[in-house]
Amino acid sequence: MGYPITQKVENNFPQSGVRSKIIDHMTLRLETKKLSVIYGTIYGIKDVSLPIYDKKVTALIGPSGCGKTTFLRSLNRMHDLTRNTLIKGNVYLNGEDIYAPKVDPVMVRRRLGMVFQKPTPFPTMSVYDNVIAGLKLVGIKNKLILDEAVEKSLRHAALWDEVKDRLSSPGGSLSGGQQQRLSIARALAVEPEVLLMDEPTSSLDPQSTSRIEELIDTLKKKVTIVIVTHNMQQAARVSDFTAFFYLGSIVEHNTTSKMFTVPENKRTEDYMTGKFG
Amino acid sequence: MEQNYTKEHATKELLTKNRSILYRSFGDRLFSYSVFGLGITVILCTVLMALVLYGDGAEAIKKFGFFGFLTGRVWDPGITMEFGAYPFILGTLITSLAALAISFIPAISVAIFTAEYSPRWLSSIIDNLVNLIAAVPSVIIGLWGIFIFAPWMRDTFYTHIYMWFLDHYPTMLPIVGNPIGYGMTTAILILAMMIIPYTTVITVDAVKKVPKEQREAAYALGATKWEVIRMAVLPYARGGILAGVMLSFGRAIGETMAVAMLIGNRNNLPFSILGPASTMPSVIVNEFREAVENIHLSSIIAVGFYLFIISLIVNLIAAYIQRKFSLTGARTI
Ligand SMILES: Nc1ncnc2c1ncn2[C@@H]1O[C@H](COP(=O)(O)OP(=O)(O)OP(=O)(O)O)[C@@H](O)[C@H]1O
Ligand SMILES: [Mg+2]
Repeated sequence: MGYPITQKVENNFPQSGVRSKIIDHMTLRLETKKLSVIYGTIYGIKDVSLPIYDKKVTALIGPSGCGKTTFLRSLNRMHDLTRNTLIKGNVYLNGEDIYAPKVDPVMVRRRLGMVFQKPTPFPTMSVYDNVIAGLKLVGIKNKLILDEAVEKSLRHAALWDEVKDRLSSPGGSLSGGQQQRLSIARALAVEPEVLLMDEPTSSLDPQSTSRIEELIDTLKKKVTIVIVTHNMQQAARVSDFTAFFYLGSIVEHNTTSKMFTVPENKRTEDYMTGKFG
Repeated sequence: MEQNYTKEHATKELLTKNRSILYRSFGDRLFSYSVFGLGITVILCTVLMALVLYGDGAEAIKKFGFFGFLTGRVWDPGITMEFGAYPFILGTLITSLAALAISFIPAISVAIFTAEYSPRWLSSIIDNLVNLIAAVPSVIIGLWGIFIFAPWMRDTFYTHIYMWFLDHYPTMLPIVGNPIGYGMTTAILILAMMIIPYTTVITVDAVKKVPKEQREAAYALGATKWEVIRMAVLPYARGGILAGVMLSFGRAIGETMAVAMLIGNRNNLPFSILGPASTMPSVIVNEFREAVENIHLSSIIAVGFYLFIISLIVNLIAAYIQRKFSLTGARTI
C-alpha cells in the first residue's frame, strides 16, 4: 500500500536525547503528540508523545492498568465506540491527523489492523470468509483476488498448512492458537500499514506463541507493528523499540537493545527486573 | 517422616471422605433425584395428556381413519355427521405461517433498532411497550379486533379491494372472498401483531448477548455500524433469533381466543383471502359446547390430539434448528 511517508525523523527521543545511527535512516509511520484519553473524569493516559517508526516493531510494556491498551486503541480510533471517552492531543498517520474533524474513523480503521488479546474470529463464518471479511468491506468481489488473498494471508499467519483443507469449516471450530492466527490473517488480508497487537499471545501455548513471534519477525518487512506485551522476553525478542508506560505516561522510550541493557530510568529497570508490576 | 506422612495422609483422606459422603454426595443425590423426579413427572404428564386426547378422540379416529381424519375435507355436524380435520389444519398452517412471515421483518427491525440504534430512554420505552403488548390477554385483543380493527380494515381496505376485483377481475372473486371484516386476513394480521413481541424480546436478548469483542473485531476491520451488525452481531445471535421465531410460531399455532373471535369461523373449504376460515384451536373452542353427538365431540377432541402432535413436531424442529445454529457447539478459546 504505497502511502507517501511525509515525515522524516528528527530528534524524536525526548527522554534520552540519544540518536542512534539507525534512526537517521528511518521514517515515521505514526506519531502521537500530547495524547490524552479521559474516561469520564479519569485519565487513562496523559500527554503521551511517541514516535512509531516505519517497518519496525514497537513494544509497549508496563504494569497492569498503566494505559497500554488505552494508548493502542487510540491509534485506530477504537475509543470512538465507547461513551464518555474523551481524546485530547493528536495522532498522526503519515503526518495526517487522524482525529481531524473531517476524518472518518471507519477509513482510519481500514488502514490499521488490530489483533486483540482474545482471538476474535467470527465463529459462524467459514475460515475463508473470516479472512476476506475486511476485503468484502471495501467491496472486493473478484473470486481470484479473494482466493489469492486468503492463501497469502493464511501463509503469512503461518496457518495455511493447518487449515487449507478446511477453509469452509467455521472459524469457531479452530483451536485457540489457530483462532488467534486466523485473527491475524484477517487483519493482514487488507494489507494494513500498521498492525496493532494487544497481548496477542497471552492466551496461547508456548508453541503458538513462538509461531506468532516468528510471524512478527517476517511481517515487519512490510508493516509497522505496535505490540503490547507483559512478557519481557517477548519484547526483547521481537521489538526494535520499547516504550515503558507507567501510570498513564511514558517513562522511557528507546531502542530495545538499549532499554534492555542500559535502562536510563530507575523505574524501568525495577519493572524489567521484576521488582514491581 | 514416614509416620508423619501417613498421619497427614489419613487425615486428608478422612476429611475428603467425610465431606463427600455427608455433604456433597448426599446433597447432590437428593438434588439430582428430585430434579429427575420432577422431569419424569413433566414427561409423564405430557404423555398422559396425549393418551387421554387420543383415547377420547379414538372414536372419530377409528371411524375416519388416522390419516383419513387428517385429510377429510368435510366437517358436518348437522346432517351427515362426517368429520375431517383438513380444513382446520390448513387454516392453522396458513394463518400461523403467514403471521410469522409478516411479523418477522418488523420484529427483527424493532429489535435491532432498540438494541443497537435508539438512545437508551427510547429503548426502554419500546421495551416496555413490547412487553405490555405481550402481556395483553388475547381475549382483549380479540375484543379490540372485533369492535375496532376488523370494521376499520373492512371499511378502509377490504371493500375497496373487493370492488376493484369486481371491476377488473371478477373471476378472482372466489379467491378474494367476502369482505365482511372477519376472516383469514384479519386473523393473520392480529396474529402477526401478537407474536411480534415474542420475536422482538428474544431477538433483543440475543443481540445484546453478542460479546463486545465480536463487535470490536468487526469495527477494527473498518466496518460501519450496519456492517458490524450484519457481519458480527446477527450471525452470532442467529441461534437466539431462530429460537424466538420458533417460539412465536408455536404461539401462533396455538393461539385460540383472538383467532376464534376474528376468523369468521367457516368450517368448510375452500377458504378465501378475505373471507372467513377456521383453525384447529378455533373450531375446538367454538364447537365443544354445542357438541351433542358422541362422534362430534370425539372429532373435536381428535382435532385437539392432532394439534398436540403438530405443536410437538414444531417444538422438536425448533430444538433441532436451535442446536444446529446456536454457537454452543462451536469452540471458543
Ligand atoms: N472503558 C473504561 N472506562 C473507564 N476506565 C477505563 C476504561 N478502560 C480502561 N480504564 C482505565 O484506564 C487505565 C488504563 O487501562 P488500560 O486498559 O489501558 O491498562 P493496560 O495497561 O492495558 O493494563 P493491562 O496490562 O492490565 O491490560 C486503568 O486504570 C483502567 O482502569
Ligand atoms: Mg491491556
